[in-house]
Amino acid sequence: MTESSLLIADEPGALPAPGSAARRGRRASRWLPLLRRTGFYLAAAWAAITANFLIPRLMPGDPAEAILRQFQKTSGGEQLPPGAIDNIRALFGDPKTNLFQQYLDYLGNLAHLDFGVSVSRFPVPVSDLIATGLPWTLMLAGVATLLAFVIGVVLGIVTGWRPGRLTDSVLTPLAMFTTSVPYFWVALLAVWVLAFHLHWFPLSGGYSPDEAPGSFGYLLSVLHYGILPVATIVFASAGSWLMGMRNMTVTTISEDYVQLGRAKGLSTWRVMTRYGARNAILPSFTSFALALGHVVGGSLLTEMVFSYPGIGFLLFDAIDKRDYPLMQAVFLLITLATLFANFVADSVYSLLDPRTREVS
Amino acid sequence: MNDSPRNDAPRDEVLLEVRNLTVEYVQPAPEPGVVACRDLTFDLHRGEILGVAGESGCGKSSLITALTRLQRMPAVTTDGEIWLHRDGGPPVDLVRLSERALRRLRWSEIAIVMQSAMDALNPVMRLGAQFADALREHHRGMNKKAAWARAAELVAMVGISPDRLRAYPHELSGGMRQRASIALALACEPALVVMDEPTTAVDVVMQRQILSQVLHMRARLGFAVVFVTHDLSLLLELADRIAIMYAGRVVEMGAARDLYSDPQHPYTRGLRDSFPPLFAPRQELHGIPGSPPSLTNPPPGCAFHPRCARRFEPCDDRTPLLMPRGGGHVACHLHSTAGNDAGPVPKEMSL
Amino acid sequence: MKNFAHSWKVRVGLGLLAVYGLLALFGPALNSLLGLDPRAIDYGATGQPPSAAHWLGTTTGGEDVLAQVLAGTRGSVVVGLIAGILSTAIAVLVGVIGTFAGGKADACTTFLTNLFLVLPVFPLILVVAGYLQGGGVLMIGLLIGFFGWPGGARTLRAQTLSLRNRDFIVAMRMLGERRWRLVFVETMPHLAGWTSAMFLHAVVGAVLAEAGLAFLGITSPDAVSWGTMIQQANQQSALLRGLWWWFVPPGACIALLGLAAGLVNFGIDEIANPRLKAARRSLVKQVDKRARTIAARPEPVEQEIPR
Repeated sequence: MTESSLLIADEPGALPAPGSAARRGRRASRWLPLLRRTGFYLAAAWAAITANFLIPRLMPGDPAEAILRQFQKTSGGEQLPPGAIDNIRALFGDPKTNLFQQYLDYLGNLAHLDFGVSVSRFPVPVSDLIATGLPWTLMLAGVATLLAFVIGVVLGIVTGWRPGRLTDSVLTPLAMFTTSVPYFWVALLAVWVLAFHLHWFPLSGGYSPDEAPGSFGYLLSVLHYGILPVATIVFASAGSWLMGMRNMTVTTISEDYVQLGRAKGLSTWRVMTRYGARNAILPSFTSFALALGHVVGGSLLTEMVFSYPGIGFLLFDAIDKRDYPLMQAVFLLITLATLFANFVADSVYSLLDPRTREVS
Repeated sequence: MNDSPRNDAPRDEVLLEVRNLTVEYVQPAPEPGVVACRDLTFDLHRGEILGVAGESGCGKSSLITALTRLQRMPAVTTDGEIWLHRDGGPPVDLVRLSERALRRLRWSEIAIVMQSAMDALNPVMRLGAQFADALREHHRGMNKKAAWARAAELVAMVGISPDRLRAYPHELSGGMRQRASIALALACEPALVVMDEPTTAVDVVMQRQILSQVLHMRARLGFAVVFVTHDLSLLLELADRIAIMYAGRVVEMGAARDLYSDPQHPYTRGLRDSFPPLFAPRQELHGIPGSPPSLTNPPPGCAFHPRCARRFEPCDDRTPLLMPRGGGHVACHLHSTAGNDAGPVPKEMSL
Repeated sequence: MKNFAHSWKVRVGLGLLAVYGLLALFGPALNSLLGLDPRAIDYGATGQPPSAAHWLGTTTGGEDVLAQVLAGTRGSVVVGLIAGILSTAIAVLVGVIGTFAGGKADACTTFLTNLFLVLPVFPLILVVAGYLQGGGVLMIGLLIGFFGWPGGARTLRAQTLSLRNRDFIVAMRMLGERRWRLVFVETMPHLAGWTSAMFLHAVVGAVLAEAGLAFLGITSPDAVSWGTMIQQANQQSALLRGLWWWFVPPGACIALLGLAAGLVNFGIDEIANPRLKAARRSLVKQVDKRARTIAARPEPVEQEIPR
């Protein structure tokens, strides 16, 4: 299947004959795709922020009211300072003020990184909770995504380069299986076998509670605790990269330019990398968004299984305890992080494919 | 174009001896393979242009991938030999040569120009880099700067400004890409250039320009060409000799002028009459009735007999062999004397 | 269509899917046939491994795991179907009709598709479901379907774009054929293959998503699905008590369903893309054998080529 990139014009035709005017035009248009891409992602970020504003207001009932009630419950009847009530109203809706004014207030709060205070862990500000959870998730999801991408793509090239041979007939069905397995179930099995029975890894958590934070032993424990969560995400997500890359490689190696690379007498390695893989990898970047969505969802679930101290676990906790301020903030953060990762992937793609650099 | 360069090139020395070449497309288990080329035998001399013509599906593309050893998955050379004679060395059989040994011959002895230059140039490499990697592969010690300088000379030969070397393939026009492909094929001064319909994707004006450039370069560098096309009239202008293929076999082979003025095989005659010559007064065109035979299930006897106006009794069940006739060879019962059709395949078929 | 049955991958995949379909239809009936009840509690056997009385063992609550798996098939498949139908419908609406509408409508739908494509869908569903506070099977299915369409819409858009410029469509447009006829009568039939592959993909994706949501506790309390089973098993620390028979079967069911869909998709890809078809192992083996035969003929194989 041929999928055009998100933002790139469908088929840039051959450019007109060389001429100084045409060349000048080309130089000017070099920045156009970057501008368009940036514009799109800014619009997407705005849409996400607005959705975050609208969703609680569109829901049946009054979330703000629910939060205030929840507050009374968790804080044992303690009265909220008036500022905090206004804050919650600004975040979740106040039937008494008009929607536009609410929207402006909401944006103002965001600009100051003010997400309100957590309900379930009153009176800790949400931003503090997120600040402690975010590095863990970024590390877990980032490392896992990168590893899965590299492993999947490399194995996909290997299997696709010699299709129908032994590695292909072993790895491809295996990849097909791993892509269809639920992440959290793999994680559960891994915990059960590797942590519970074999004691190779700790059962849950993100670091050893016995080590002083910042010490070398602590860092080692972070690595040790992180292996299993990362491995399960990689296991469950590398397969889809492998399948995509394998099929693209099989298609690419029968392209004329790869045949010509062989005909030139270049080394197999050079033909495979510079002619085959270099072209076959391009669609992987256009399907990055879809795959990333899976990894993000998957790593949230994985955090739950391992009680990993990231924002996925925080989100789960927030939903469980109906801690709306925390929920809203975590969701916004996840969304913005995903948008950023997609922006990077799109940019890398346009760097890798000269055909997209200049849009006529 | 009008002054014939055909006689300039040295013609006595054999470059390529193809013997009984058979190419099959292997099918899943119970089914027999589809034979795309059957029992091809011919010679090619240094500096000679051999045209191969036929309709699509006649096996001419399979011949190309067999000669260049660029066969894709189900295609396999199942029989025959391709002897390449090289300056100062024993001849080698390209069919059996190991991939490692073959790598050294590639581009330095045998180069290829593909049908569509758009698909044949790597879209993510600058034009110059695609010259440089071939040059540096075969000239050990050539640095990057020298390779790019050589690339500039090469593209200048086909009339492309050297500053276009910095361009990516999609930034060049179709004709420019095709001329660049030809220059690329000549980068390592090969003895043989195989061309697979290099002019089908360009307009007629560009087609003529490319042909004259091929002739010009051949006169200058002395390489031999196997030029495959469905357009016989084009070959008449370009080739020294022409082989006509039908259903995987060569049905007629001879000097280009003889083939045009006096075609022996009814198929050759039909092919000649169905294309307008490039440089000749207008005349009435006639097509060939029917359609090319299926290779999976070729007709018995002479594969052309279902479409042949002059078929007679032996054509239906006996396959005619390629026999000397006049200056060339033809495989047709019209020209075979009694008993000829069971005789051995002649080994030497040069002019 | 003849090729279709030719590929063992497609056959096995479709066979498995058919089994799941039958289980979803007749699972509850099968349960009563076997004398099983997913809600019945056997106080004499809590947390027991597989035995003659309980083929797949029991939960810590004394419920029969096999009965739950059979009942859960319907729960999971129903959510999958609801979500699959909704997301495919939206994808067709946005991908095909949006593309045909052209102009501003097309620009809008493209932007919307791209927007939903880059948003993290699972957290989005999670948060909305969190605000809605539970809800039945229908609601979960609709939610998943509502956010699950952009990938399919993008594929359909690409296909529609190429179809729209084919001669027969262009000719019809020139003849003044009405737009809805162009879309539904001339174009849609050609997209049937893509659409059904997409639908399959959406169903399996939704089953996975439902399991994930149920695992996080977002499900109706009375629903039985594979996801709720895993969630309950996890809540009761089945893992740490070594009750593998509780959480392995539902996960394996999901994995097998995914594998079936994967096989069908892979098989269809092979049929649609001849280059992939040529990569089949049986064929490769034969080609290798033929190539070896000729390379092994008496003449010297390794000839030294001096530079």
